[in-house]
Amino acid sequence: MKKLHTLIFCLTLAAPAVALATPATDAEFAQFKKEGATTFSAENGKKNWSKEVTSKDGDKRSCTSCHDADLTKAGQHNKTKKVIDPMAPSVNADRYTDQKKIEKWFKRNCEWTWGRECTAQEKGDFLKFLMGGN
Amino acid sequence: MIMQKKTKFIALLSAALLLTASTAIAEEDFWDWIGHGTVQGWRGVGVKPVDNKQYKEECGSCHFAYQPGLLPEKSWEKLLTAAGLHDHFGEVADLDKETLQAIREYVLANSAEKSYYKIARKITIATEDGPAPLRITEVRYIKRKHNDIPAKMVKDNKDVKSLSYCNACHTKAEKGIFKEDTVSIPNYPDY
Repeated sequence: MKKLHTLIFCLTLAAPAVALATPATDAEFAQFKKEGATTFSAENGKKNWSKEVTSKDGDKRSCTSCHDADLTKAGQHNKTKKVIDPMAPSVNADRYTDQKKIEKWFKRNCEWTWGRECTAQEKGDFLKFLMGGN
Repeated sequence: MIMQKKTKFIALLSAALLLTASTAIAEEDFWDWIGHGTVQGWRGVGVKPVDNKQYKEECGSCHFAYQPGLLPEKSWEKLLTAAGLHDHFGEVADLDKETLQAIREYVLANSAEKSYYKIARKITIATEDGPAPLRITEVRYIKRKHNDIPAKMVKDNKDVKSLSYCNACHTKAEKGIFKEDTVSIPNYPDY
């Protein structure tokens, strides 16, 4: 009995470390594959997360302009200063549970940050990184 | 006699219960209640609070969810279009067609001129002539209400920065209450 308890305890501890897939993320990855992407890399997602792009207004922008580089920490909208909840599903269970919402923010934020929409490959890499996968 | 006593006791007890309940409510909510025009014929003092979940979520996820009564219809009509939101003061705030339609309908039905709340009336009058303001801070009435506040408390105050952040100082902004006694300016507690 004690062993079982220890096992459950360990599993509870380990749970946040694995990527938390949801029906919404499954649907997203399926969609990205349909659009031509094959494998997804959290490492590339991480690199792109801090990639700086100069906007048409001349300022440098990256995902970390508003989100924290540490996904378990809250970010702040660079203009309105509104707090943006952490991106990591391990600390914010609401994340990546609604496909429409994921797509809405990819579209808006890619356009603001990089001045264009992201490709299926880029979005897939981001999503894998954001979910905490390797 | 016994019956009478019992009735009297129950009457007293109910009166006492009613009284304690209503004083508690009165202290907390009486002026809010009056102020929000719950009583027919009274004019609300502030602006009607946002009562649309979708609006609150979509607009409020990036900034303070400004009450629709803070701008006239002609302003909202310009702001809430696909093109308007694509360049929303330099931000990309695209919404899908259905969401935009729903939000636009809600806002237009509650714009300043449709409301009897005091601030909405003042804003209606202040924007009747001239071009549609796109920012609430451009409205003459709003400017006048804030022009005696020194820059060091707003623009140069690291916890305020701009008049656009209503709720940085107006502690009950979300409830549509902007009265002076609900103002608390960060770093200037004695103002």
